[in-house]
This record gives sequence, C-alpha cells and structure tokens, in this order.
Amino acid sequence: MKDEDYIGKIKEESSKWLYQCVDKVKEKYPERKEKFMTSSGIEIKNIYTPDNIADLNYLNDLGFPGQYPFTRGVQPTMYRGRFWTMRQYAGFGTAEESNARYKYLLSQGQTGLSIAFDLPTQIGYDSDHPMAEGEVGKVGVAVDSLLDMEVLFEGIPLDKVSTSMTINAPAAVLLAMYIVVAEKQGVYLDKLEGTIQNDILKEYIARGTYIFPIEPSLRLTTDIFKYCSEYIPKWNTISISGYHIREAGATAVQEIAFTLANGIEYVNAALKAGLNIDDFAPRLSFFFSAHSDLLEEVAKFRAARRMWARIMKERFNAKNLKSMMLRFHTQTGGSTLTAQQPDNNIVRVALQALAAVLGGTQSLHTNSRDEALALPSEDSVKIALRTQQIIAYESGVCDTPDPLAGSYYVEYLTDQIEDKALQYIKKIDELGGAACAISNGFIQKEIQDSAYRYQKEIEKGERIIVGLNKFKSEEKYHGNLLKVDPQVGEMQKEKLRKLKTQRDNEEVKRRLSELKEAACGQENLMPKIIDAVRVYATLGEICDVLRSVFGEYRENIIL
Amino acid sequence: MKRPIRVLVAKPGLDGHDRGAKVIARAFKDAGMEVIYTGLRQTPEQIVEAAIQEDVDVIALSILSGAHNTLFPKIMNLLKCRGAEDIMVIAGGIIPDEDIPFLKSVGIKEIFTPGTPTSKAVEYVIENVKV
Amino acid sequence: MREVDLENLLLKRDKRAIAKAITMAENGDTKVYEMIKNLYNNTGKAYVIGITGPPGVGKSTLTNEIARFLLKDNNSVGILAVDPTSLFSGGAILGDRVRMSDIALDENIYIRSMGTRGKLGGLAKATRASIHILDIVGMDYIIVETSGVGQSEIDIVKASDTNVMVLSPDMGDDIQAIKSGIMEIGDIFVVNKSDREGADKTAAEINFMLDLNSKSNWRPPVLEVSALYRKGCDTLLYKIKEHRHYLEKTGGLKERRLKNLRWEILEIIIDNLMKDLSEKISQENIDELINTEYAGLTNPYMIAESIYKNLKEGFK
Ligand code: B12
Ligand SMILES: Nc1nc2c(ncn2[C@@H]2O[C@H](COP(=O)(O)OP(=O)(O)O)[C@@H](O)[C@H]2O)c(=O)[nH]1
Ligand SMILES: [Mg+2]
Repeated sequence: MKDEDYIGKIKEESSKWLYQCVDKVKEKYPERKEKFMTSSGIEIKNIYTPDNIADLNYLNDLGFPGQYPFTRGVQPTMYRGRFWTMRQYAGFGTAEESNARYKYLLSQGQTGLSIAFDLPTQIGYDSDHPMAEGEVGKVGVAVDSLLDMEVLFEGIPLDKVSTSMTINAPAAVLLAMYIVVAEKQGVYLDKLEGTIQNDILKEYIARGTYIFPIEPSLRLTTDIFKYCSEYIPKWNTISISGYHIREAGATAVQEIAFTLANGIEYVNAALKAGLNIDDFAPRLSFFFSAHSDLLEEVAKFRAARRMWARIMKERFNAKNLKSMMLRFHTQTGGSTLTAQQPDNNIVRVALQALAAVLGGTQSLHTNSRDEALALPSEDSVKIALRTQQIIAYESGVCDTPDPLAGSYYVEYLTDQIEDKALQYIKKIDELGGAACAISNGFIQKEIQDSAYRYQKEIEKGERIIVGLNKFKSEEKYHGNLLKVDPQVGEMQKEKLRKLKTQRDNEEVKRRLSELKEAACGQENLMPKIIDAVRVYATLGEICDVLRSVFGEYRENIIL
Repeated sequence: MKRPIRVLVAKPGLDGHDRGAKVIARAFKDAGMEVIYTGLRQTPEQIVEAAIQEDVDVIALSILSGAHNTLFPKIMNLLKCRGAEDIMVIAGGIIPDEDIPFLKSVGIKEIFTPGTPTSKAVEYVIENVKV
Repeated sequence: MREVDLENLLLKRDKRAIAKAITMAENGDTKVYEMIKNLYNNTGKAYVIGITGPPGVGKSTLTNEIARFLLKDNNSVGILAVDPTSLFSGGAILGDRVRMSDIALDENIYIRSMGTRGKLGGLAKATRASIHILDIVGMDYIIVETSGVGQSEIDIVKASDTNVMVLSPDMGDDIQAIKSGIMEIGDIFVVNKSDREGADKTAAEINFMLDLNSKSNWRPPVLEVSALYRKGCDTLLYKIKEHRHYLEKTGGLKERRLKNLRWEILEIIIDNLMKDLSEKISQENIDELINTEYAGLTNPYMIAESIYKNLKEGFK
C-alpha cells in the first residue's frame, strides 16, 4: 500500500490541488486566519493525506487494542466489554455530609467513589491548627483521624466499591486509615480496589499541597509501592497526574511530557529502592485532563500510551505487558469553564468527555457547569454525570475501539505530539531528571509561560472563548450554588478535643515515637503509620513527627 | 517624578491555586510595576509584615479556596493595627457575588473575579495609586 | 509622615519608617539625604556582608540561613535583596523574599526587595543610601544580596565589609567564563548546593585559581555549603567573623571603608552632575540645537564640544 509511487502520486496531486484549487479560492475568500494552530502550537495544514503519515508502521506504531504499544487502547475489547468507570470527584464539610453525597452518587449510577479532602487534611494539619482556620471542610472533607474515616465510609462496603483518594503528601496516612476501616468492616486487603494519587512531584509543579522536601517524599512514595505490592495487589499505588499540570496552564504536549518525566522519576526511585520493575509498574496509573480541542486531545491520549509503553520496554526493560500499559483517569478541563454564561459549560464538558472516551480513558470525571462559581451543586453534578451516560449509551462511539485511528490528521497529530513531548523529556533528562528540573524551576517556568500566553491570547481576542470575549451577554446564573456550612471548623475542633480525652494517649505517644525512630532509619514506614492510625493518632500528629525528621519543602518561584 | 508602583501579590491561607496570581503578577510587571510575590501559604501576619517592610502601594490578594471571609478581614484588621490602612488592598479569585459587599465593608477596595482581563486590574491600580 | 517624625521613628527602629525612608531613597527624594546627613552620627556600627553570584546559585537561601544564625545570637539584621528590573517595561518581579519567609516575622529583622531600576553593577541606585538607613537604625549586620546578573557585579565590593561569592557545582562551563572576573571580588567563596555531585571538583578549581592569584595576606577560604539542607552555614558565618576580625586587627577595615567612602563620594558627585545635566540638556534640546544653531552640521565632535562649552559656563 505505502509504496513509493503511491505516495509520490499523492504528493503530486495534493500540490496540484493546493495550487489549482485552494490558492484560487483563497484569493477570493481568504481563510479565517493566517495560521491555524493547536493549543500546543502545532501548525495545522489545509489537508492531511497518506503522505503525512507515510512513515507510520501500523504494526509497530499502532498495533491492536490490548497489544503493545497500546496506541489503540489497553484492553482488547475496550468499551465493547465495559464502559469506563464514571467517577465524580466529591467531598465537602464533615464526614457525615460527604458520606451522604457518596451514597447519593452511587444511587444515581456512579460506579466508583472519588474522595476530595479539604486543604488542611491534604497538607497534614489537624482542623485545630492555626493555619487551618477558615479552611476546614471548605473544598473537601475534613479528616483528622480514623474516627472521621470510619464515618466517611459508614454503610459503604469497601469490597464493593473502588475508591479513589486525592491525597498526596500524607497519602500513606490516609491509605493507612482506609486499610484499618477495611479491617474493621471485615474486608480482606486483597479485595480492596482503588487509587491513591500519591503523586508528590506534580504537587511541587502545579498543585501546591506538598509538605516534605523531594527526597523524603519519594521515599514515602516507594514505601507505599512496596507495601501495596505485598498486601493490596489490586490497589493503584499512584496516579501520575498531568491534570493539574495542564490546569496550571500547560499545553497538551507539556502535559504529557512532564507527566511521563515524573513517571520516569518514580520508576527510578523505586528501582533505586530495590524494587523489581514488574512488581510495581503494573500498579502505576495516570491521570490526564481533557480540553476542548477535541482531535488534539484524542491524539494526546494515544501518544501518551505509545510513549509510556516504549519507555517501559526500552528504557526500563519491563517484561510484563501490564507494566507497559498506560491506564488513565480523565477529568474534563476545569480551567476552560467560565463563570460567564455557565450553561455553556455543559456543552464544553460534553466535547471534552467525548475526547476522553475517543482517547480510551479508563475512568472519567465530568465537571459541572458551575465549576467557575463554587463547588458543584447536586443538580449540576447530575447533568455532568448524565453527560457521560449519554456518550456511553447514545453516541455509538463506544462500539469499536479507537475509532479515529487511521485518520491522517489524528495519526499525524499523534506523531507530532509524541515528538515534541520526547524533546521535553530529553531536556529534562539532561537536567538530571524531573526532580532536578523541578527544584531548579524549569518545569514550573515552562508552564507559567504557557499560562501567561494563554491569558494574553484571550485578552487580545486571538483565542475566542464563547460568552467571555465574544457573544457576551449579561445574565445571572439561575441555578443553586453549594454552600458549605461555616460551622464545620468548630465541629471538627470539638471532635478532636473529645477524641484526645477518650483515646489511649500513652499508646499514641508510644506509636508516634516508634514512627519517629523508623523515619530516622531506612525501614518501610507504612506498618508504623498503620499502627499509629489504629490507636487514633491524628493526621496532624503523624505528619508533625515526619516534619520533625524530614523538614519541609520550600517552593521555587521563577516568574 | 515618575516612580514604579510597588505591589505585593499574596496568596493567603492554604490555597494552592497560583495560576491566576502568577498571571496577575506578570501583568503588573509588564505594566512597569515592581512586584513582590511571596508564594503560597502566607499567614495574614506575614502578608502585612511584608507589605509594610516593602512599603508597597498595593496588596493584591488572590484566593480560590473559599477561605476569604475568614482571612481577608484578619488582614484588614492587622493593617489597621499597624497604622498601614493607607495601603490599598484589592483581591481576586473565586469569590461569590454575595460575599463581595461584606469584603468591601471591611476595606477591600475592589474584587476581580474569573474572566476579568488582567488589563482591567492594571488600569484599576494605575488609576487608584497616587504616584 | 513628616520628616521630623520619620527621624524619630527611625531611631526607634520603626519598620514602617525604615520602609518609607528607603522608598524615598529609591525615588530620589532629596529629603532623605538631608535626613541621613542629620543622623549620620549614628552610622558606622553595622557590619555589611555582600552576597553575590550568578542567578539561582542559592544566594537568597543562603542569606536566609546567615540571618537565622545571626538572629539566634541576638543580633539585629537588615537585608537588602536586589533583583533585576526589566529593561522593556521598567517592572520587576522581586522574588528573594520567598526564601526568607521563616525569618520575616522576627522582631529584629528588616527585609527589603529592590529593583535595579536601570543601574548596572549588581546593586540598585538606592542600595548605598539604604545601607546607611539600616546602619542609622542600629542594625548589627546588613546583608546585601546582589541582583545576580553576571560578571559585572562589582559594585558590591565597594559597598561591603566582607563579600561572599557564591557558586554552585551545577554551573558547568559557566564557571570557566566567570572565574577570571570574580576571583578578586570574593573575600570568601562558597560552593553552595554541595548536596549535589561535583561540589568537590568546583571547590578544587576555585582553590587552584586562588592560589595562582592570591596577593594579599587574606587567602579567601572556599567552603562547601548546602544552604537548602542547612549544612555548613555555621562555618560560613564563622569565616565571615574571622574575616572581620582579620580586617579589624590589621587596620584593613578602616582602609576598606575609606576606599568605599571615596567611591561613594565620587558616585554622589557624578550622580548630581548627571541630574543637573539631564535638567539642562535632553534629547529634545539636542534636536533643537541640531535643527537651529548647527543646522547642516553632522560632525558629532564639533557639536558636542560646543554644547559642552556652554554647559560648563552654566555650571559656573
Ligand atoms: C486551575 C484549577 C486548579 C488547578 C490549580 C493549578 C494552579 N497551580 O493554579 C488544580 C487542578 C491543581 C486545582 C486543584 C484544586 N482545586 Co481547583 N480549580 C482550578 C480552576 C479550574 C481554574 C482556576 C484558574 O487557574 N483559572 C485561570 C486563572 C488565570 O484564573 P483565576 O485564578 O480565576 O484568576 C483570574 C481572576 O480570578 C483574577 N484574579 C485572581 N486572583 C487575583 C488577584 C488579584 C489581586 C486580581 C486583581 C485579580 C485576580 O484575575 C485572573 C485573570 O482573569 C477553578 C475553577 C474555575 N474555572 O475557575 C477550580 C477551583 C478554584 N478549584 C477548586 C478546588 C476545590 C480545588 C481543590 C481544592 C480540590 C481538592 N479538594 O483537592 C484542589 C486543590 C488545590 C489547592 N492546593 O489549593 C474549586 C474551589 C471551590 C471554592 N472556592 O468553593 C474550584 C472553583 C472548582 C470547583 N468549582 O470546584 N485547581
Ligand atoms: N540542592 C540545593 N538547592 C539549593 C540550595 N540552596 C538553594 N537551592 C535551590 O536553588 C534555587 C535558587 O535558590 P535562590 O536562593 O533563590 O538563589 P538565588 O537566585 O541565587 O538567590 C531554589 O530552588 C533553592 O531551593 C542547596 O544548598 N542545595
Ligand atoms: Mg535571590
């Protein structure tokens, strides 16, 4: 098919077409723009033909779904077998309130839970810490001790749901609490399914809920890898996240480049800690964003899969196919959603969700129309969930895997994105790996530059956002907005006070000092943290012990 | 004599959303201002102290985590205690319309919510700072 | 604030007053020079440490560590951190303070970020005046962090008692390029980020260069430090004090300060001249002269000579 003559002929015909047809039309009716670009700055030509993908080797570069290099998807049947997991990120207020929201979501056909914690929890402060004032329960659920975790999952059998927890710096502590709750429910650990985000590198880059410096943080990460590979085999030990990088302003190319560079750093850290690649790599999972530039996004997901497969096989000599599979969760792009004319966001989310599905995602969160106004209200979440259900059941795009494969344009974009992302990875390798590129601010600076450029494009009208800088209209939003009870902080403080009078404080002290000793040495910290959690040592107490040994991270700002 | 306006861009509380703050900081810089950016997780005390020592004309607070009703009044109060109420305070981020009157009543001069062009904030500062 | 009040508040080390006075100096408000004149008797007590080196080597982090140690010994510390001003917009991002947030609330500290505002040489125009202000208010130590733009950062030598030159192992070939220029300006050399590979090698290279160049009795020590992980900073402070002791013992301090004084006087005079000049002659006047008096002429020497002659008359 791809013989020289054939491509030559196409080349010839397309320049003829350009010259004879396109140029003539353009004289009379100029195109809308001088240059057409994707969000990552890839220039888009007037046409794509087999010539643009002449180098593509189907068997090597695409292969079949469920087969190396997994460009076309990680399972052989993809959504013909089972749809992706529909998983809305939620949590606010007290454990009781969030528990009620989870039960509601499960009753609406959601198939997995995704827990949002409040900021003090994510940064390892108890609700009564001075820094926590005004933040308790605001943007997620407040968890201070095992007590809160017990309430959070009350009536939700942990062997029946898969739970994703967005927790990073103190991931080990929250995982420990989950484990103890499971024990108390009588659920065996090998039955537990779910994910902890546990991706500290992107916290330094884009998300901001770091606690400890890079090195000790990576130790905690690998401790979790080790512990889970032994005891919780079905648990995803990390969700290496591009989502936050993208939302901080990165382009599609930067998103996957920096995410995979972080992935490489974690693999290196684990190998250095003595783990065997095929023991932990199958449990690495990923998390990406889906924006509105539909075809670029689909290409991005495909490129990421192919790149990771090759990195694992060629760079790390993985043998197990599962180690090479890039499985990912997707969230639609929050930063594309506007406060102006919020109902328009429903349409944006639909496009973005479609991109994720066409890109072969394993699970999906769709944002709500009130994204730029407040935490999502129950009504808005329902529409967002329905959007996924409509794509799944009505659109027909799920009936064959990777339906856009073979499109000249999509394959070309896939190649381009891969090339550009590989250039970044090479640059980061030269800088000494992701950890170095973070500590000297390289990655952050690249992202900030993109964010600033994006903002300027909007302000100059070079990038149109409907309802924001074109087709504007003054209208008030009619939906209800979620309000978080301002009393949560006081309630949590009171709970803590009570807890501290009721638990065995001697035992807590003993467990904490054992943890400290372990932290000073080399042993795996997971068992010590579980012991501390079990006797109701608080999250803040545990993190303080670790702070005293590890110190704290200070951000690197280069504007 | 024309002098650069000095602005402290600050992120109070535990909020990690810094995309907007960094964009605003750069826009101020490009408009010829001297911008002091102190990074995430600043307490009201740290913000006020920095503003005083740096003798800024403007404190520009950015917050998206919803803690504004707690943190902003504290900052305004500290400024008053230190006799520095002449420093203009503006803010931006995710701030519900219904909270704005209260925040203005404690002394925040203007609030810029999502979708505001940075040029608007720049103009506002230039118009309202006596150089 | 009225000037008298400001003077009184300065003597009480009121931070707002210090800030206002430095702002006046930055903006070229001449009232501040009057004030410094009035209060000049209070100066001379502070010891000035310069921290210089390329961007990103860890100057701010190191400044923070030195200040922390000084505070622990009950010293008061003033910090002036200079960052480059953009030539295009005249704006600047002043980011050094980020690294100093854990000391910023201490009662005995004052930290000020300054943009270079067009001045070359690593300091801002108002840095010297600000040093005097911090001296007047009674700071025991003043640390000046230079803007870190490169090799031409020599002004700090003319404003400090001890100058610390900071380098790092990850500078690669850059070190070769700057080495020649910097060897004379460091009283102490720090190889920061010694937690990274290659610090030994960098230190050895510097030592080698120093052995070649060393002229005075003070052979600058080369220290391996990790400011981030708080290693070696106590030794650095010890060396700074040793250098101070050396200078005091040998009379070098007096000599150095005298030399700095000469520089400063010269600079003030040049500054005043420039100001007068710019009042008397601007781009527009020159254009006007070219169009009228010297119409038809293009010889720059002739025109300049003639204008200069007239100016000199004006100064008399
Ligand atoms: C991007 C984003 C993120 C990124 C942040 C990346 C980064 N480094 O900044 C990521 C993905 C990491 C993230 C994480 C979280 N996020 Co978020 N995020 C957003 C999102 C989608 C866009 C914000 C943004 O950057 N927009 C682009 C910038 C340029 O705009 P901006 O910040 O609004 O700034 C503009 C104006 O507001 C104004 N402005 C802002 N500040 C200032 C200051 C001054 C002085 C001036 C003059 C102007 C000004 O000017 C700017 C230019 O127009 C918003 C929703 C939305 N669409 O707004 C949610 C949102 C802010 N996030 C939210 C939440 C809950 C979170 C989490 C806390 C979730 C959790 N429980 O874990 C986490 C944790 C973050 C943390 N550490 O604090 C909520 C906050 C809810 C609330 N306040 O009630 C929101 C509103 C989403 C939602 N509806 O649930 N998020
Ligand atoms: N590894 C390491 N990094 C450091 C050290 N000192 C500073 N840094 C980092 O280097 C970067 C620049 O530091 P900064 O003090 O701002 O440098 P400056 O530009 O010279 O003032 C920051 O990310 C610091 O955290 C150190 O001793 N070791
Ligand atoms: Mg610095």
